[in-house]
Amino acid sequence: MSVSVAFWVLASIAVLAALSVVLVRDVFRAALSLILCFLMVAGLYITLSADFLAAVQILIYVGAISVLIILAIMLTREVQRGSPSNRFRLPAFFVAVLFFAGIGYAMLNTPWQISSTPPLEPTTPAIAGLLFGPGGFILPVEIAPLLLLAAIIGAIVLVREK
Amino acid sequence: MVGLEHYLILSAVLFSIGLYGALAKRNAIIILMSIELMLNAVNIAMVAFSRYIVPLMLTGQIFAIFVMVVAAAEVAVGLAIIIAIYRHRETIDATKIDLMKW
Repeated sequence: MSVSVAFWVLASIAVLAALSVVLVRDVFRAALSLILCFLMVAGLYITLSADFLAAVQILIYVGAISVLIILAIMLTREVQRGSPSNRFRLPAFFVAVLFFAGIGYAMLNTPWQISSTPPLEPTTPAIAGLLFGPGGFILPVEIAPLLLLAAIIGAIVLVREK
Repeated sequence: MVGLEHYLILSAVLFSIGLYGALAKRNAIIILMSIELMLNAVNIAMVAFSRYIVPLMLTGQIFAIFVMVVAAAEVAVGLAIIIAIYRHRETIDATKIDLMKW
């Protein structure tokens, strides 16, 4: 019961925050609502009993990515101009509504095979076993640092003064 | 009682909002933020599938972790590109960055 109350509160705040990201004129306020939306998504992970993922969400999204975004907003002077729409505003709205209608129809009409097993409670050991254990995801885990290294070097090269 | 469909519809709503923002906004940073919204929506859907359909396998959560890794790399490179463009052209208006448009 408390899980559904938590879901409705978190979901409504997340949707309102996401709407204000795309509707508010002030870029800085949009970034702050994006952070609020990230926090609500972390809460939703907790209602899905994904505790490790909630912690990672707060560390990476709320901690790192939002700081990067706010830094970029402060380094560029577009803040005064706000966040105007381009001339594809109405077509974009229709595309988004059509996409939502199609995917919502597919989601509600697919007979999902819901399992009645209760979820794992502390997920961290199981995720560690899957990531590093035999028969797990060790190859993607090895590739991920390569990707991050390439991204760091690329970012440094891009913003370096010539 | 909250079920799988609730999370899926929530994820579709967030994804559609992000899609609208990515298509209709001019500020490149807002477009990047909308893409982050879409990635978060996908993560919600994958964790919900993992919770309700295969509760003991956690594959969806592993996928969500990799999506987060890729999102972090994408934001770092994307913001670096935006700042580099701003240095050269004094604007990050996506409708004015049309150097490669024929």
